[in-house]
Amino acid sequence: MSASAILAVDALVAGYEPGVPILRGVGIAVNAREIVVILGPNGAGKSTLVKAVAGLVPISAGSVRFADREIMGVPAHLIVQRGLAFVPQTENVFTAMTIEENLQLSGHVLAKAGRARQIEAMYALFPDLARQRRLAAGRLSGGQRQMLAIARALMIEPKLLMLDEPSAGLSPKLVASVFGKLGEIRESGVAILLVEQNARAALAVGDRAYVLAEGQNRHEGPAAALGNDPVVARLYLGGMAAAHGRSANP
Amino acid sequence: MTLQFLADGLVMGAMTGLGAIGLTLTYSILRFANFTHGDLISWGAYLTLTLALLIGAAVPYGEPIGPLSFGWPVLAGGLIAMAVTGLLALALDFLLFARLRRRGTAIIMVIASFGASLALRSLLEFLFTSEPTYFSREIQIAIPLAAGIRVTPDQLCSLGLTALLVGAMHLLLTRSHIGRAMRAVSENPALARIVGIDVAAVIRTTWLIGGALACAAGVMLGLTVQIRPYMGFDLLLPLFAAAILGGIGSVPGAVIGGLIVGLAESAGVQFIGANYRAAIAFLLLLLVLLVRPTGLFGVRP
Repeated sequence: MSASAILAVDALVAGYEPGVPILRGVGIAVNAREIVVILGPNGAGKSTLVKAVAGLVPISAGSVRFADREIMGVPAHLIVQRGLAFVPQTENVFTAMTIEENLQLSGHVLAKAGRARQIEAMYALFPDLARQRRLAAGRLSGGQRQMLAIARALMIEPKLLMLDEPSAGLSPKLVASVFGKLGEIRESGVAILLVEQNARAALAVGDRAYVLAEGQNRHEGPAAALGNDPVVARLYLGGMAAAHGRSANP
Repeated sequence: MTLQFLADGLVMGAMTGLGAIGLTLTYSILRFANFTHGDLISWGAYLTLTLALLIGAAVPYGEPIGPLSFGWPVLAGGLIAMAVTGLLALALDFLLFARLRRRGTAIIMVIASFGASLALRSLLEFLFTSEPTYFSREIQIAIPLAAGIRVTPDQLCSLGLTALLVGAMHLLLTRSHIGRAMRAVSENPALARIVGIDVAAVIRTTWLIGGALACAAGVMLGLTVQIRPYMGFDLLLPLFAAAILGGIGSVPGAVIGGLIVGLAESAGVQFIGANYRAAIAFLLLLLVLLVRPTGLFGVRP
């Protein structure tokens, strides 16, 4: 846990039901301008980790420090106002509202002038959205909806953006496009915590990675090194190892 | 054949729609069928009556306004009563629903609201007896419109005020932050928290607005029909029919649903018989639930 960490999670125990912890002592850190990837098999607790940090899952022990302040037990809507944005995996936009309304709603934590400027910045980052501001979000395609969800999260000008499997259900081309945006977002000064099943694509864009299993830390290291570790690949990144195998022997 | 049923249905439908707005908002944001909504309508009417009497006794400007049957005390009392009814709804939430909400089962909330409804209604009977009463004993001269249709000035005034309130609600929900936040919580409460919305504040606002609109509906019902402790409870079935017909959570839907229910009821009274009035809302409700459970404008069943 370096002193410059924007997010420092320590010995976190959390779960939906009292006495049934899903996370059993997880620790991670995200530094400024860093993209950190969380990998692991289904049921490892990856989603629970980001939801607990966002204030959506009860925490029973440990510590969650964000921008040098403890945020454990702070209501979710106040955590957002401190600059921590979260994009859930599903149902991450308001389908009955227009694109513009989704952005306005999220940007209300900013002053009015800042909100208008940030909305235009989001349209510049995602030109697809700018062309259909008055369209109900429910009518967007999967890829566009994911872009809107990310734009919506960025509306608060966050210090840290957490994404839960942004590649789920998207075609490989769209995955490349979404992950390409993550690079741009990091360049603008936002740290990113990325939970992914799609290990290969995530490790390609990430700086460091953690592998979780059964609610605990299993491996960690630089993204490139972790991707090339044969033990890690075989045990926890099965999908990626298979993909490597296919590309090696067409 | 007379077309009078069109005017009567429109007036009754507008009031049903106004009452259904509050019901559809509480239903979609708090996620339970609130049976006390009918009694908030009755309480709104009795609070207005009491306040109007007090104001009328205190200031000398109690004469009826123009062709209307009532004076400024009823309007001023109605405005204050809207705030008080909103606070009454908020108090109910604080004392009863908020405690049950934490346990998270909708059916407990529904049954609790049924009990609270009974208590609120009995309290009105205790305080004011079950004798019908009126805001004014003035005789209204109905104005003939086209094709043998007649309306009273009070009915026209109620229609105008309803249109005003519906327009204000529409602007609130589409143009203001709290309105958008209410729509957000209605669609997805978990996501609402993630975008920084204080869900508890949205719930408080919903009770205040729901109570105030119930009061307004009660005043108009009192002006055009009569004031009784059961006036709101007897309106519950048409209210639910209107809210579900329009689609739960939709304000324009509730108003259009209300107009359809009102017109269907008055057409039924004219062409089938007054005995069947109550059955018509019930039949409409059954039909909607069978054919299109999401209603005309709804997204969620």
